[in-house]
Amino acid sequence: MVPSTMYMPEHGFCRQVRSDALATVCLLIGLLLCQEALGEGITPGLGRIPSAAELANVSTHIYADGSGLPAGSGDGLQGEKIYASRCASCHGGAGQGGSAMELVGDRALLATEFPDRGIAVYWPYAPALFEYINRSMPPDKPYSFSASELYSVIAHLLELNGLIEPGQRVDAAVLTALQMPNKDNFRSGYVEPE
Amino acid sequence: MNKKNTSRRYSRRKFIQHGAGGVAGALVTGSALGADSASGEAPASWKVPGRGFSNYGQPRDARNSPIRWISADRSIAGNGVSWTPLHQLEGMITPNGLHFERHHNGVPEIDPATWKLTVFGQVEKALVFDLNALHRYPMTSRIAFIECGGNSNSMWRPQPAQAPAGYLHGLLSCSEWTGVPLSLLLREAGLKPDAKWLVADGLDASGVTVSVPISKVMDDTIVALYQNGEPVRPENGFPARLLVPGWEGIVNVKWLNSLQLSDRPLMSRFDTVSYTDLQKDGKAERFTFEMGIKSLITSPSPGQSLPAPGFYELSGLAWTGNGVVTRVEVSADGGKTWSQARLQEPVLDKALTRFRAPWHWNGARAILKSRAYDALGQVQPEREVLLRAKGGNQYYHYNAIISWSVDTDGSVHHVYA
Ligand code: HEC
Repeated sequence: MVPSTMYMPEHGFCRQVRSDALATVCLLIGLLLCQEALGEGITPGLGRIPSAAELANVSTHIYADGSGLPAGSGDGLQGEKIYASRCASCHGGAGQGGSAMELVGDRALLATEFPDRGIAVYWPYAPALFEYINRSMPPDKPYSFSASELYSVIAHLLELNGLIEPGQRVDAAVLTALQMPNKDNFRSGYVEPE
Repeated sequence: MNKKNTSRRYSRRKFIQHGAGGVAGALVTGSALGADSASGEAPASWKVPGRGFSNYGQPRDARNSPIRWISADRSIAGNGVSWTPLHQLEGMITPNGLHFERHHNGVPEIDPATWKLTVFGQVEKALVFDLNALHRYPMTSRIAFIECGGNSNSMWRPQPAQAPAGYLHGLLSCSEWTGVPLSLLLREAGLKPDAKWLVADGLDASGVTVSVPISKVMDDTIVALYQNGEPVRPENGFPARLLVPGWEGIVNVKWLNSLQLSDRPLMSRFDTVSYTDLQKDGKAERFTFEMGIKSLITSPSPGQSLPAPGFYELSGLAWTGNGVVTRVEVSADGGKTWSQARLQEPVLDKALTRFRAPWHWNGARAILKSRAYDALGQVQPEREVLLRAKGGNQYYHYNAIISWSVDTDGSVHHVYA
């Protein structure tokens, strides 16, 4: 293996050698050896292949199509209790906002001077709620809910937003199928370069 | 120890001898040196030994040194920002202790010994890199700015906020970042043809997670390990962060945890709800990654005061997410006439560029503006032009021309003009 100190693709092995003697040796042995140390194909290769268990522990991302959502389910009744004790202090008892932003608003105001924000107003995809609330909320103790508790609190939020019928159970399939009102209201500001 | 003391005494004696010689010389030539140089006009610091060494240097006077202003959520100490005091700094590089911060839930404690970065998803083989391994990879350095997408957001308000320039526009900093080109790590993992987006997340307690197009990732994105020569500061992402040159701060994920290659963007809350721009027609723009062409005058600027009419140098910063600033113009009459400022070398791709222009203030009320141009011919717009195009609800990505008034008493204020 080539010692890491000699791996200098931008400068080359030979030119990095300061000692004349070594340079001569290098020349004498010939280009072949130098090129071996210089070759385009050399990569450090110091990454380790993770075990399956390790990979399973890496962030599970939840995509807009619902992939990554775990098993479990919950309903708004249960969710309302969680919301009242863990969320309402900042987002308001009915999601109207407080020290933190509102989670329920009036979509009709989107194009006015004072638009509301909120889940039905602005969020294009429901599955993202799961990953965000799981990892970020409540701020003093993120990552503290079970999947079913998360589905419950989301069910409550969706009820407050008029996005599901009261009492409807929420699980991966429901979140995935939910058509959010603001879904088709986005343009991409990014243009793939030529 | 003893030896050191002896040699110090020795050189002191020597100094006294030389000093005596100086006195003699003064007497002969009648030069400015006083008759008794031991208590003459010499600077005080010539007469007392200075302070000793320090392991890590600190600013001279903590009370009066430039500081970041913090503006945080009252109920969540780690949710908020601290601003780079642009109005107190010169040149193009931000000192590490003054780099702006935007944390969503505080600075995480990370043990470098157990930290690892996982690359997975649409790759031939998933890979895990620990910190020692990353440090053995070939590195690259570049000077680049990072600007929060929400920088300057008070400018969307109908009234100009009155605060020093850094506390209006200082979610902006510029450092030399050194680290491993991300393309190198991804080539080792082997990108599958479906790897079109990178989903990166951090180890902070708000789990910041963003999607970045693969072309940008392979082009110039770096896993940064060093900031201005020293390990990246905890508040700036220790032990490793993404540097995505020229793109809004949020995608420069700090405290890197994992990199998932995907055929599509995640559409996380950070991709879709925050950092997106609500337009006046009620539509919204997302993935507005590239920070626009922008400039501001940092001196003189609000809170400062010109003592008297006369000469002043206008000094400011210009930058653009799409490359190089090619020209900056300044105006002292509210934009009626413009003259070209000098761009100070080096003028670097996606870095802050310092500009300067001499100005004679005649004592009348003046409106100072700067206007930047980039290599694509984009021009920093006037505020009305931006508002007309976007409406007032955009919140992020403000890049219009910034105006300061210099009043007849020399005070400087923020104005919309
Ligand atoms: C201590 C105050 C606090 C509590 C308690 C709290 N939040 Fe939050 N929440 C915030 C803040 C602050 C933000 C914005 C964070 C940011 O963007 O950095 C936020 C953001 C959100 C958002 C994103 C809204 C948007 O439109 O961007 C959702 C959804 C949310 N919280 C849900 C919850 C739920 C559910 C709970 C209870 C389990 C909860 N929050 C508890 C303060 C709180």
